[in-house]
Amino acid sequence: MTRNARAARAGLLFAAPALLVITTFFFLPVVAGFALSLTDFDIYAIASAHNLRWAGLENYARLSRDPLFWTALRNTLYFVLVGGPLSVLVSLAAALALNVRWLPGRAAFRTVLFLPVVTTLVAVAVGWRYLYHPRIGLIGQMVRAVGLQPIDWLGDPVWAMPAIILLAVWKNFGFNMLIFLAGLQSIPDELYEAAQLDGARAWQQFSHVTVPGLTPVLLLVGLTTLIGYLQLFGEPYVMTGGGPGNATLSLMLYTFREGFRWWNMGYAAAIAFLMFSLLLAITLLARRWRGSDLG
Amino acid sequence: MIAPRSLGSRAVFLTLVAVAAALTVLPLVWMLATSLAPPGAAGRGALPLVGVAPTLEHYRTLFTRLDAARAALNSTLVASSVTALSLLLNSLAGYAFARLRFRGRDALFRLLLAGMIIPGQVAMLPLFLLLKAMGLVNTYAGVVVPGMASVFGIVLVRQYVLSIPEALLDAARVDGAGEWRIYWSIVRPLCTPLLATLAVFSFLGAWNDFLWPLIILSDAELYTLPVALANLLGEHVQDAELMMAGAVVTVVPVIVVFLALQRYYIAGILRGGLKG
Repeated sequence: MTRNARAARAGLLFAAPALLVITTFFFLPVVAGFALSLTDFDIYAIASAHNLRWAGLENYARLSRDPLFWTALRNTLYFVLVGGPLSVLVSLAAALALNVRWLPGRAAFRTVLFLPVVTTLVAVAVGWRYLYHPRIGLIGQMVRAVGLQPIDWLGDPVWAMPAIILLAVWKNFGFNMLIFLAGLQSIPDELYEAAQLDGARAWQQFSHVTVPGLTPVLLLVGLTTLIGYLQLFGEPYVMTGGGPGNATLSLMLYTFREGFRWWNMGYAAAIAFLMFSLLLAITLLARRWRGSDLG
Repeated sequence: MIAPRSLGSRAVFLTLVAVAAALTVLPLVWMLATSLAPPGAAGRGALPLVGVAPTLEHYRTLFTRLDAARAALNSTLVASSVTALSLLLNSLAGYAFARLRFRGRDALFRLLLAGMIIPGQVAMLPLFLLLKAMGLVNTYAGVVVPGMASVFGIVLVRQYVLSIPEALLDAARVDGAGEWRIYWSIVRPLCTPLLATLAVFSFLGAWNDFLWPLIILSDAELYTLPVALANLLGEHVQDAELMMAGAVVTVVPVIVVFLALQRYYIAGILRGGLKG
């Protein structure tokens, strides 16, 4: 065997285990997910495949009439469209602050601000659930200390979603903060120096040097945040169970409930596939908008 | 650089940053303080530990009556297995995609890249049915198996290996080293910094994962810490201090791992995040 043929065989052998795992446990289920959404797969089908019927677009038609689906979609979009931008803004502000050269203890500040990112979502969601508690929680205690009546944040349909958004922002902003920080540090100093020579003030430097330099990173961060936030699950699962009055029921939580609580897997697969389509549409739109690939 | 000029405005700015940092850790500190307070202390004052002696009572309850050690062991086992297996599989594949020319390699790689935008949750329902058919539902293997390889890991290894001079590998080939030898004795050691990054990522990722273990495990004996904690919430929701102790037990290991290996973790984010 020639050396090239040996390398080719080794390459195939080396790549095979990973490819097999990814194909079997990822690509195959993704495709099967769409097929599943075209069936009436339910608890009877789990017992015996004979009970499985082809349903065509029946599940999708049912979804369009399902008020709970629309509620979940609305809640998810609320979370994504308010929480996403808020998250990115906080990340950007933190990165700008940490990028100030003379700031003492920058590395320590960076570590502290990043800490929530590595924590376990379920554990901190449990923590925040009590933090929000009107009697036990820190917020309620402080509100009471100044003589006001604390709000039961998670028990109130108006405040439950904002409360979840605040937790999500706290938990996630550190990640994008690091990405922004790297983006800021890749803007050449010469650009700032040139702007200063031209008499640009701090605000002008920001809008004419920092913002354009950061735009590619901003798009990437915006897109990944959007995609991540669309999959909201753990926070409402732990903190509200989707309540009160379904005010925090997310698409993912609804999928989980239909699929794994009631075993309506065909129906759940249709929700999951619609979520995926939404995501894909956003990604393609972002790509086209930027006019190049976002990786 | 936007920097306030005068000493006074610098002091204000530093104070603001310090307050922001304090507010960021406050929830974690409050959780820790509450977990050390005697039962019912939370709710008597804003700070659960003021005026009372701290107690380890809730931690004792967790580990004696509620078998938290079992959940911690399950989490450790699952996260270590995912880490070890994914390191091996991803680094082998990443090396192959970078330096071993096999048929269909580039097309396969493009396919993998395209798959990166698909969130894993889409695959969740059929994946469950597949693992059920394989008899892996409610087993450790069922939790571990889908995480054994990842596109993200392969892409990062490939990028890294491309920076290793090809001449180095060719020299070893001329000396008669087999491809496995080259992978194990040259490529793998040279990739150590990246593999450390990937190890931290997959360990923390597997430790923190909730949805998949929640789906695949039904036996409380097999629960990982996050699933056990969510389950505990159902029974002990009135026990604020106990729940906080459970949350602390879940979070402290990842914080320790992160603080110890921060350098690798942050390098990984920058490598993965800035590829666009």
